[in-house]
Amino acid sequence: MNMLAVVSQFLEIVVALALAPLLTGWVNQWRAWLQNKSAPGLLQPYWTLHKLFNKDSVVAVHASSLFRVAPYIVFGCMTLACAIIPTLSTDLPLATAADAIALVGLFALARVFISLAAMDVGTAFGSLGSRREMLIGFLAEPALLMVLFTAALISHSTSLTLIVETLGQRDLAIFPSLAFAGVAFTMVSLAENARVPVDNPATHLELTMIHEALILEYSGRHLALVEWAASLKLFAYSCIGLALFVPWGVAEARAPMALLLALPALVFKLAIGGVLLAVLETISAKMRIFRVPEFLCTAFLLAVIAMLVHILLGA
Amino acid sequence: MMNALFDPAQWTHLDCVLAVVLVWLVIGLAGVCAARRDDVAPKYLFPAGSLFGIVLFGIALHAIFAPAEAAVLPIGLPQLPFHLRLDGLSAFFLMVIGGAAAGVSAFAAGYFRKIEGETAPGLLCLQYHVFLASMAMVVLADDAYAFMVMWETMALSSFFLVTADHRREENRRAGYLYLLIAHIGAIGILLCFGVLQAGSGDYSFSGIRSQEHTPFWASLAFLLALFGFGAKAGLLPLHVWLPEAHPAAPSPVSALMSGVMLKTAIYGFLRISFDLLHVQLWWWGLLLLGIGLATALFGIVYSAVQVDMKRLLAYSSIENIGLIFTAIGLCVLFSSFGMMPMATLALTAALYHVVSHAFFKSLLFVGTGAVLHATSERNLGKLGGLIRYMPWVAWVCLIGVLASAGLPPLSGFVSEWLLLQSFLFTPELPSSFLNMLIPVAAALVVLVAALAGYTMVKFFGIVFLGQPREEKLSHTHDAGAWERIGMMWLACGCVFLGLLPAQFIQVIDPVTRQLTGAGLGDQVAGNGWLLVPVAATRASYGPVIFLAGVAASVALAFLVVRKFYHGRLRRAPPWDCGFPWQLPRMQDTAEGFGQPIRQIFEPLFRMERQLPTPFDAQPRYKVIIEDHFWHWLYLPVARVVERMASLIGLLQQGRISVYLLYSFITVIAVLVWVTQ
Repeated sequence: MNMLAVVSQFLEIVVALALAPLLTGWVNQWRAWLQNKSAPGLLQPYWTLHKLFNKDSVVAVHASSLFRVAPYIVFGCMTLACAIIPTLSTDLPLATAADAIALVGLFALARVFISLAAMDVGTAFGSLGSRREMLIGFLAEPALLMVLFTAALISHSTSLTLIVETLGQRDLAIFPSLAFAGVAFTMVSLAENARVPVDNPATHLELTMIHEALILEYSGRHLALVEWAASLKLFAYSCIGLALFVPWGVAEARAPMALLLALPALVFKLAIGGVLLAVLETISAKMRIFRVPEFLCTAFLLAVIAMLVHILLGA
Repeated sequence: MMNALFDPAQWTHLDCVLAVVLVWLVIGLAGVCAARRDDVAPKYLFPAGSLFGIVLFGIALHAIFAPAEAAVLPIGLPQLPFHLRLDGLSAFFLMVIGGAAAGVSAFAAGYFRKIEGETAPGLLCLQYHVFLASMAMVVLADDAYAFMVMWETMALSSFFLVTADHRREENRRAGYLYLLIAHIGAIGILLCFGVLQAGSGDYSFSGIRSQEHTPFWASLAFLLALFGFGAKAGLLPLHVWLPEAHPAAPSPVSALMSGVMLKTAIYGFLRISFDLLHVQLWWWGLLLLGIGLATALFGIVYSAVQVDMKRLLAYSSIENIGLIFTAIGLCVLFSSFGMMPMATLALTAALYHVVSHAFFKSLLFVGTGAVLHATSERNLGKLGGLIRYMPWVAWVCLIGVLASAGLPPLSGFVSEWLLLQSFLFTPELPSSFLNMLIPVAAALVVLVAALAGYTMVKFFGIVFLGQPREEKLSHTHDAGAWERIGMMWLACGCVFLGLLPAQFIQVIDPVTRQLTGAGLGDQVAGNGWLLVPVAATRASYGPVIFLAGVAASVALAFLVVRKFYHGRLRRAPPWDCGFPWQLPRMQDTAEGFGQPIRQIFEPLFRMERQLPTPFDAQPRYKVIIEDHFWHWLYLPVARVVERMASLIGLLQQGRISVYLLYSFITVIAVLVWVTQ
């Protein structure tokens, strides 16, 4: 472990923590523009976080300590997730501790804690949200892992840094397996990040909400942490997508100059990705909750097809 | 010889294990002798049994690394003594028995304090310790005779434990079903040994090992073993006894049956298919893979819709057994193609899951025992909010729940991770048919793991979180000291197995060396806190670093928030979108939480729904979920048996003259036959 690795690891965490709310703000802004609304400022998520941190936390009278611990755990999980996904560099000391499978486990851990916390207060919406979140979780998780498995089979490794290095050294060409996997991954990340065809982050419509129902009882600093963690999750998913399907520009081991170049490359890629997400959300309509299994099963089948295509064609 | 007996310094591992078994039997007998005093068994005998569980755990851990030891016990029939052998595989399963029994017995010391059902604690103490001793002897047996005697002792002692509360009709039914399937399975095992000895008449395992079996006879033996041990382990379609027997038994017994007894079936299966048989055919692996996956998916889907907490855990055990058999199937597949390193990886995953499941499932079952003790309620629909009244049990159970859901950094994740790693090697199999098929199997494994998360959130959320669904729950008390100690031990097992996989794989290494000729021990050593099962470029996982990473960011977030902002907190009624009337009945019930699963996996269930109409004065909603296998397999077989019995019953007239006529005709027939 050299100094540069530690620096790039540290830099990655800081960049993730700092840029994640900005990405959310960017997507919200574009979504508002595309829908002919006047958009909130780009920095609005930061102001919201600041405001929430300053407010008192109001907690239900009979909430247990699990309810108060869960936001911190979810935040911690998402921070670690951002630390192990190679966004700027592939020379990450922490990335050896968790590979692609452990990354999926990390997301699952966060999901289980936030779902349990939602059930803790014992309101109707809390348990509704947690049931729906777990439903989406168990459908999305296999699809996500199959996408990662396809990449792992291509690079003969489940280590995220090695996957990115292998994929980054390939020529610019469309690989059929990765094309299928890319579609599957997009569908999964829409579902996992509570985006429009599955859930709408901008609404409190009682019968359709999933993520908002989960965090309904949170306020003050707890809500701030949960919201920040949600931004981090969006950031992490975007970065996995970039790392798998657009891996160019990530600094490889022992190249300080490449590290400096990697940051603008990342911001550029995320900016485009954010616009695409806003477009996707604008042109699609939210679906009924029981259409979601069909949607995610499609993603799962596409991911399995991607894997079979790779095994058949070797590409 | 006598000197060696009285000098403990000269005792071999096998002697020590036999001493523990003997002590367990003595404890059981002491329980009967003191049966009139209800406090002796809980106060002294169960803690003593627990202590010797730890002793067995220690001895077995040591014996895994020692060379095999054999002994002949001069009990049994004349000319037919018990052959015993303690090798790596036996020692490994003895470790599982000792480790789980230590925790469960400590819990039982607190649990059996009051009389549950009708069997007195003293008698339960005997049955319980005979059960423990017979499980230990099953894995020590080195001939078919000793094996079958101990196997049956295990089945009978656990039958009496299952029917401890025998005044209830459903418990007697559950016990009968269990005994029936256990014996149908035992017939399979017996026939399997018959095939294995190949006409030599030598039923000792060393004799069987020296036989050469043709692929046909080997396959027959394999299928019989799969049937026999599958009945005990709960493989599809012989799983039906599990969800009946586990809720009927007292909780510590359910814990032992699910955590340990099912593992003796895994032991027997490994012993026969890897040690006694020399050939392994590729279709065996495919068959195991198929049955294992079907069992796992079936188990977890049914688990997710259960409303009885012990039935939920019983179905979850079926799922875990399915995963273990999936891993074994993968191992057989690899080893039939001679890919020993991959076979070793898959076998390591299977053995890891054996230990991991023994700890987390025992923990969850004794957790339900603590809940049952405090609330006398097994129905999820009448529980809720217990984290406020029994925080201790709740937080310890949370560890078991996370481990069972296969979440990092706990024990369930490690075995799942190893299993998925070995699935990633399947494209290297030299058969394009298998190459196409097996990635789909990996996808199913992931689906099962994700569904386990769903089920465990349902289990924990409905039992421990939310508002209490019944008035009486607010008077519940937390677990007692012995119960806490037992649960703590099991929870520590889950945590250590989760955090130190590289160290624990050193323990599995001698076992896989014995079975597949290779081990992961050398490979994983020397990587510090990282688990590197194949190569550092292939995959690595460091649970300690993982945990430290999460913990550090949690701590930093906490400190930063406190430092730059504040820690003010106000308590208020729940918000719930401004709806002021909050009733416990507005929360999801167990049925409600399982509803998405019922809808998505509808073809898997046999459902009867009664929906209320808007005009009902007292609307009722009722859903009964039954197992298809009852109607497809068991009821037709039962009808055939009944029909045949009634036909044979025609012979029985109850009149002595008719019976004399039967004897007369028989004598005539025999005479005619002899004279020809």
